[in-house]
Order: sequence, then structure tokens, then C-alpha cells
Amino acid sequence: MDMEASKKKLGLKERYNHLTRGLGWETTYQPMEKVFPYTRYEGIKIHDWDKWEDPFRLTMDAYWKYQGEKEKKLYAIIDAFAQNNGHLGVSDARYINTLKLFIQGVSPLEYMAHRGFAHVGRQFDGVSARIACQMQSVDELRHAQTQMHTVSNYNKYYNGMHSWRHWHDRVWYLSVPKSFFDDAMSAGPFEFVVAISFAFEYVLTNLLFVPFMSGAAYNGDMATVTFGFSAQSDESRHMTLGLEIIKFILEQDPGNVPIVQRWLDKWFWRGYKVLTLVSMMMDYMLPKKVMSWKEAWEIYGEQNGGALFNDLARYGIRKPKGWEQASIEKDHLSHQAWSTFYNYGAAALFHTWTPTDGEKDWLSAKYPDTFDKLYRPRFEHWEQQAKEGKRFYNGTLPMLCTTCQIPMFFTEPTDPTKICYRESDYKGDKYHFCSDHCKDIFDYEPEKYVQSWLPVHQIYQGNCFNPGVDPTVPGFDPLRAVLDYYHTNFGRDNFDFEGSEDQKNFARWHGDDAGGA
Amino acid sequence: MSKVFIAFQANEDSRPVIEAILEDNPDAVSTTSPAMVKIDCKDRLVIRRESIESRIGRSFDLQEIQLNLITLTGHLDEDDDQLTLSWKR
Ligand SMILES: [Fe+2]
Ligand SMILES: [Fe+2]
Repeated sequence: MDMEASKKKLGLKERYNHLTRGLGWETTYQPMEKVFPYTRYEGIKIHDWDKWEDPFRLTMDAYWKYQGEKEKKLYAIIDAFAQNNGHLGVSDARYINTLKLFIQGVSPLEYMAHRGFAHVGRQFDGVSARIACQMQSVDELRHAQTQMHTVSNYNKYYNGMHSWRHWHDRVWYLSVPKSFFDDAMSAGPFEFVVAISFAFEYVLTNLLFVPFMSGAAYNGDMATVTFGFSAQSDESRHMTLGLEIIKFILEQDPGNVPIVQRWLDKWFWRGYKVLTLVSMMMDYMLPKKVMSWKEAWEIYGEQNGGALFNDLARYGIRKPKGWEQASIEKDHLSHQAWSTFYNYGAAALFHTWTPTDGEKDWLSAKYPDTFDKLYRPRFEHWEQQAKEGKRFYNGTLPMLCTTCQIPMFFTEPTDPTKICYRESDYKGDKYHFCSDHCKDIFDYEPEKYVQSWLPVHQIYQGNCFNPGVDPTVPGFDPLRAVLDYYHTNFGRDNFDFEGSEDQKNFARWHGDDAGGA
Repeated sequence: MSKVFIAFQANEDSRPVIEAILEDNPDAVSTTSPAMVKIDCKDRLVIRRESIESRIGRSFDLQEIQLNLITLTGHLDEDDDQLTLSWKR
């Protein structure tokens, strides 16, 4: 045998170069444009794909090795959690509602990210770009799976987690995250990576995974913090890649700059709107709080995003258009969102509640300019009503923003007592928006957004009832019919936390109720 | 002035890495929250393989830090000996 074991191990850079430069080729049987047909129509010009580099320089052997280790660590903890009734160790059964929102709204996006990156991992002309996207695709599949496995241990004991996949395609508030990803998936490959790798992963995911997961730990949820941080260890790679992607595209051709700027304006706003759900998870749904939404926004949005956009200024990139407005709204976002879910608590597939007195005081301290003046009175009023046995449930349906699909509850940036309404006319129809930025997004691509599947419109058009349901019969209860169509366990998945089966069971399993056996 | 940061899961594997960072980057400041440690530093932060190895007494592959990494920001450059995060290029 003339094969000799190499004397010196290759360095990281050499190994990465062999993988990403040595394994690609220019096709000859078919022209490159036919093999990679999607990378030209968006107007992005790439002259040298070899300039794309994964800064971590991860090779396949290292990838499988470290991902395998992460999985072993994670599953050891998930098993220990299940074996030791870890679900009873959380601070308070209200906490579990954050997990419901997570499995309903976030985990399906992980799966969509897996599909999206598998798609662009085939479509990019450059080898390093394809490899990075394929690794990310496998990561995202892992995130979806580990989240399902973790939450399945809660699903054995609590309501609101049993039909999350069915809900994701139907339930009114879940169309917010769903439509966000569908919008990205139906764009071209460059817009997809700018939207997901950069605007979402780099600029925004810290807000979901870092303070919220630290909050999960603080609330005693060992399993969730572990899947969260395990996923986030992949996210740091995705974020790094997101930054690399944007630099690469901007450096390739000056003509790319205005296209990218428009995508940043759009996707910053789209992502920020999805985070509305996270803001209320942090301020209202975590019984023990780590930091407020406002503080998180200041650290991860303003400070970190500010550093980033200062750096990108050399390419001629400015901060996204909605930047200032997001900062103004940080004092209001979580309060307005939670109030809305409290209103629609009969139609939400998790429980809602008014904050305790201690929590109200925490909110006053964190939001000195707004909470006592604008939001505390509202919660106290509802609390009083509930005490009198008249817990308020809004029985009507809200108008939705055509772009972000969130109910129109956001207030004017200059006046927090006035709801913000914007509208556009297109081909004889009127479309409604929650903000100038959502209106701008629609106005640029109306043909795309007129196709939006808006849950409230669909309900009113009669598309959200089970087959055979007759809405014309006397005494027809539309809300109940819609919840049946959702596969809701009526009275168990929905309504206030106070009096819920989750609340009673958690107390009983803790031996908190008097008497005992 | 811009800050870079990096955060790790608070565990035994991360401890020598965090110690090495704090020693090698005099401007670095660490903050502990439940289950995590975040290190902020102005403009630039370096993680050196040798500093970690001298603490753990075995050879260390810098890519191992990915196991306990939570998040980071800034431009990253990694080779066999060090990982650098920076805003200035
Ligand atoms: Fe993910
Ligand atoms: Fe909107």
C-alpha cells in the first residue's frame, strides 16, 4: 500500500477549504443558470461565490460530532425530567402556558425553517453557502424534534398542547407566526436568507431564546431551558452566518444594496411584530421574571442592533424604517398584547389571567411612564369584574392587519390612547393595517398579500366550521363552532387560569388541597 | 464605541472558558443570569485556546465551545488557536 497516514493534521482553515472549495465544480452538461435557476430573478448579483465563508469553518466531521454531543446532553436531561416528575417543579402552573404558546407558535416555525434551508441549501450556486444552509436545515429539524419531545412530557398532564400542529394552520393568533414564515418561504432564496438568517436570527432571536430561556430556568423548568440553550448553541452559528450572508451580498455588487435595504425594512418589521407574543410571555406569563420586555429590547434590540447597523453603515445600509417606532412601543407592546389575549381568552388555547398585586407592582417599577397611567386601571377593572362573577370575555372578532395578521390593537406611536388604523385600496377592495410599516409592505407587493389567509375573514366567510355545521339554525353559537373546528377541548384548553383544570391538578398533585387521602 | 458579547450556559464546562476570557480581555465584564453567563466587551473580544488548556490541563479544540455557547454578536473569526469577535475590521 502506498497510502501513508498523513504526518500532520490539517488545520481548521485547510480542512474547511478542502470541503468547500475542493468539492464544487462548474457544470458542463447543463449551464449553471439551469442547474441553479432561482438565484438570478431577485436582482441580486453575485460575482464570486468563493467569497462566502462560514466564520466557524465547520466541517462535516466536526458538525456531527458536536451535534451528537449536544443531543446526548439534552436527552439525558429530558429523561431525568420525565423520571422525576419535573413538571411539578415549575414555579406555578401559569408558567406552563408559555410552553403552550411555544409549541403552538414557535416549534412549527422550526420545522418550516428546516424546510426552507433544505430548499435554499439546494439552490445556491456556491458550495460553502449550500453546506452552511444544509447544516442549518438539519439543526432546525433537531430544534423542532427536541421541542416536541420536551413538551410531550407536559402534554401528558396539561391541556392546550394536544393538537398544536392542527392549530398552527387554523387558529387566529397562530396565523401571526405562520404567515411570517410562509411569507419568507414564498420569496426568492436571497430574500429568504436575509429574512430568516439575518433579520430574524441575527437581529431578533436573542429576544426569544436568551432572556426567555433564562426565565424558564428561573421558573424551574430544567427541560425547556435545556432545549432552548441547546437550540441556541446552533443559533449562534446561524446568527454568525446571518451576518456573513448580509456582508457577502452587500460586498458582491453595489446594486445589491437598495434591494437588501428594502428587505431589511420589511423583515425587521415582520419579525418585530411576531415578537409581540414574546413580549407578553416575558412580562405577563412568566410567574418569576428575569427581565422586562423593555429591558430585553434595550439590550438585544437597541444596543446590539445599534452596533450592528453602525457597522453596516459603511455599505450604505441604514437602520430599518420601523426602528424608532419599535423603541417607542417598548413601553406599551406587552401590555396591549396581553390585554387583547385576556379579552379573547375564550378563543385562546392557553389560559389568561390578570396580574397579581405583586406582579402589578413589578410592572409599575419596570414601566414607570405607562403602566400605572394606562394599563393598571384596565387590569384592576377586569379583576373587579371577575370578582363579581362577570369575568369579561369579548365575544366579537377583531379586525386583523392584512400584513402581520395581528388584531388591530396597536396604538398610534404619538398617542397611546388611540388605535392606529391604516388602509390601502387595491383593485376595488380595501385592506387594513396596524401600522405605516405593515401598509408599506403590502403596498410594495399587493399581489402577494391579497392572498393572505386571514383567520377572521375566513371565519366570517364560513370556512372555519366543521363539515355539516349549519350556521343558520336558531341559537347557533359561532364561537363554539369555530372552537370545535379547531379541535379545542372546550372548557379545558381555553378560559381563565382561575378555575382551570390545570390549576386544580397542579395544586392537587402538590398536595395543596385540604383533606388529602 | 460598540460592544461585542458572548454568552455561555452556566456549567462546569464553561467555567474555564469564562475565566480565560476574563483574564485575556481586561475590559470584559461578565453578568450572571439564571442558567447563563454573558460577557460584554468593548469593540473586541478574544478567546485563546492556550489559556483554556492551561486551566483544564488537556488539549482543547476551540470548536468545543459550541457545546455550551448560547449567543454572540460581532464579526467572528476562528482558527485553531483563537476565536475573535469584533466590530472593528
Ligand atoms: Fe431553530
Ligand atoms: Fe401589521
